[in-house]
Amino acid sequence: MGAALRAKQISSVELTQSYLDRINALNPQLNAYITVNPEVSLAQAREADARLASGTADALTGIPFAQKDIFCAKSWLTTCGSKMLHNFVSPYDAHVISQFNKAGAINLGKTNMDEFAMGSSNETSYFGSVKNPWDMARVPGGSSGGSASAVAARLCAAATGTDTGGSIRQPAALCGISGLKPTYGVVSRYGMIAFASSLDQAGPMARYAEDLALMINVMSGFDERDSTSLQRETENYARDLNKPLTGLRIGLPKEFFSTGLDNDVAQAVEAAISEYKKLGATVVDISLPNSKLSVPVYYVLAPAEASSNLSRFDGVRYGYRAPEYTDLANMYEKSRAQGFGEEVKRRIMIGTYVLSHGYYDAYYLQAQKIRRLIAQDFTEAYKHCDVIMGPTSPSTAFKLGEKGDDPVQMYLSDIYTIAVNLAGLPGMSIPCGFGANNMPVGLQIIGNYFEEARMLNVAHQYQLATDWHARTPNEL
Amino acid sequence: MTWEIVIGLEVHTQLSTNTKIFSGASTAFGAEANTQADAVSIALPGVLPVLNQGAVERAIKFGLATGSHIAPRSVFARKNYFYPDLPKGYQISQFDLPIVGQGVLNIQVPPLSGNAKPYEKTVRITRAHLEEDAGKSIHGDSQGVTGIDLNRAGTPLLEIVSEPDMCSASEAVAYAKALHTLVRWIGICDGNMQEGSFRCDVNVSVRHPGEPLGTRREIKNLNSFKFMQQAIDYEVQWQIDTLENGAKIQQATILFNPDTGETRAMRSKEDAHDYRYFPDPDLLPLEISTEWIEQVRSTLPELPQAKQARYVNDLGLSAYDASILTSSREMADFFEAALSATPSQAKICANWLIGEVNAQLNRDGLDMAQCPISAQQLGGMLLRIADGTISNSGAKEVFRSMWADGGEADAIIKAKGLKQVSDNGAIEALVDEIVAGNADKVVEYRSGKDKLFGFFVGLAMKASKGKANPAQLNEILKKKLEG
Repeated sequence: MGAALRAKQISSVELTQSYLDRINALNPQLNAYITVNPEVSLAQAREADARLASGTADALTGIPFAQKDIFCAKSWLTTCGSKMLHNFVSPYDAHVISQFNKAGAINLGKTNMDEFAMGSSNETSYFGSVKNPWDMARVPGGSSGGSASAVAARLCAAATGTDTGGSIRQPAALCGISGLKPTYGVVSRYGMIAFASSLDQAGPMARYAEDLALMINVMSGFDERDSTSLQRETENYARDLNKPLTGLRIGLPKEFFSTGLDNDVAQAVEAAISEYKKLGATVVDISLPNSKLSVPVYYVLAPAEASSNLSRFDGVRYGYRAPEYTDLANMYEKSRAQGFGEEVKRRIMIGTYVLSHGYYDAYYLQAQKIRRLIAQDFTEAYKHCDVIMGPTSPSTAFKLGEKGDDPVQMYLSDIYTIAVNLAGLPGMSIPCGFGANNMPVGLQIIGNYFEEARMLNVAHQYQLATDWHARTPNEL
Repeated sequence: MTWEIVIGLEVHTQLSTNTKIFSGASTAFGAEANTQADAVSIALPGVLPVLNQGAVERAIKFGLATGSHIAPRSVFARKNYFYPDLPKGYQISQFDLPIVGQGVLNIQVPPLSGNAKPYEKTVRITRAHLEEDAGKSIHGDSQGVTGIDLNRAGTPLLEIVSEPDMCSASEAVAYAKALHTLVRWIGICDGNMQEGSFRCDVNVSVRHPGEPLGTRREIKNLNSFKFMQQAIDYEVQWQIDTLENGAKIQQATILFNPDTGETRAMRSKEDAHDYRYFPDPDLLPLEISTEWIEQVRSTLPELPQAKQARYVNDLGLSAYDASILTSSREMADFFEAALSATPSQAKICANWLIGEVNAQLNRDGLDMAQCPISAQQLGGMLLRIADGTISNSGAKEVFRSMWADGGEADAIIKAKGLKQVSDNGAIEALVDEIVAGNADKVVEYRSGKDKLFGFFVGLAMKASKGKANPAQLNEILKKKLEG
């Protein structure tokens, strides 16, 4: 697409308009976008065309992207999928947004998401659930479900997401696209509305691994406004895309192929491993013994941080305030009771509880200790392999409403992704086939710290040999 | 049965950085409401804290000045509670791993009664930690509505916690004053108590000697030493009365009302918050290298205690004079600058500063920094006292003139003709005349009426129009009278 723009085969305005038309036609069904702003997008496209004409274009100049509505974007409604911020227009740009703007990319709109990124199905959004383009009766995954659905349905060239426990990889898997969660600290969190600060990480979602590389090149880099942003040499994540995979050692954790994994998913993942062997890789059996604890650890730590992060939404300075109240305490109670949805309130309650006096040691501190053990498992494993592979999600996309009443069942859909966030490692999901119900299956690739370039190489070589990622949903 | 008083202090000192502890917004006092509230101060969604290294440096300075342990690794924690002037719904503070650990502060406690002596005491510092200040709620500007001003939100504070080592209001006040002097001395806090730059919370309990600690009540937010004294005195009496009436003390947070001179409970322990402290995941642990500590140490001025010791040992001043001269950095700097003109006259220099200069400052309601005469001017005058050019009374006139109209000592001495007569011949002639003219009194003197010496001095001085060098005059007079 970038090549076509630079070769003047199509203008950015034409490209942007064609996406806007498609959004207009399909978004009413998919509900992938919360906000579009055609005039703003087209104005950006005109600027991009000028830049393309002047020969100062970068790789992403003129390309229309969708931005998850968790990123503050100046003058854009930034809701985080919540009634609490239904009226919040950001006065500033998140680091990720300003990086895309500097690159001359087009912001097509803000995508739907689980409320405050809390969910695995996009059903907790105040703006309604998002539909999976492969089957409108099914969920797209979450929390970056709007971005995944938009990419799969070709409502944008590519999109951004954020991943706290699998929120990029799981919807990418369920919608049949590719997604990358970088090493914690590679992408600045400045301007990204916090869910669980020690786990949150932004990353790209696209059909092609190659596109992920171009996007992460733009999104990454040290930012002094985020104290957890890492000060590293700038790297070109596309540099190794074309390396052969001969000699690649793939670790297969036995814990990722045991009970709870659907057969059709297992078969697709095993087929992908066979494909890798054909490409020259070898397979090593490994074990991540503490990974089974990652879901309970996550559901202590993430809600603990969230309960504090979400305290600023109090109806005092911005966002939703209850229309009627008797006094200050009542204003807080009503604004928060009415402004937050059920899942958010549930996690605030859990988080408040685990941080409470008398429970802190038993829950929060204990969870932090196990978190370190989980990270050590990976360190140990990488002594024997270069990348770890397995399923992204235990099942393909489930039906809307299917798990709505059972939060624990919902939490288990992130069982293979959460450990990666707890360890701060980079993780990817790429399409690797279809399940029994013809829904896409995702292959998870987990790299060692800062091994994004190698992971993209591993994904790209697979995508040269297969076409799962290039398929289009029949319904469209 | 006697009662023992136990007091510990928590002092919030506002650090003198230009910008806030976690953002680039200005910390200047007195700006229009919310004009210094940036995105971080307002706690917009998505904003993140970035630690101000200047605040850390000031905390290190404090640690060095009190001989405290400086933690190579300390951790910022979130203290969670809801209040409209706390925009994030949590305060970033330090909890179990503070930047400054145990240290000490030596204090001089003034005497309670006139004939008692001041005494020294060592107060242990438990810890000092960095945290951010909250904003302000503004009540009553418009009907039924409370305003919020977030200018102060995020201002860096160092909270200094003492051990319960103080046994009286005087000790508590002496400690607070010593701390106030120290933080200004090392330049980490402007010490402005009216603007809230130095706020004290005082924990008070009473017990019978030998018994375990009593239940404490905490007097919040005292911003004057006078109020602190009054509040503690009232609170101690209230606690003793309560216990002697057979009632129990409930742990509570209380406020002092300066208008009534009474303390009043604000909230009891039952209302105490569970702050749900946990490490702030937005900030990395604060690591301080030995090199950084040494670099900060090299910028520390000579501390009040070291100066005091030097004044006593090297300059021969009394401990009392030394403690007054080191009561503020301005005073000590003034003393040393004035002394540089006449290095051998430390005692005279000290007397002038502690006596005339302080008295004049008090009379005019000025502080040392506003002193109308400079150390160089005073030094110039001291030089003329030392070399005998002017007498003490002459010096007083020079000083008055300098204070009111400025000018250098030499010029004033010349203009006012204050140069004393130090010519032996001239004084002898003068004395001869007086001895000759008062033969009867000379006889009386010589027969043992020593008191008449003063009469002759008076006559001679009068005859010299006050300019005769008193020491020379005395000597010559004595010689002549004794014949």
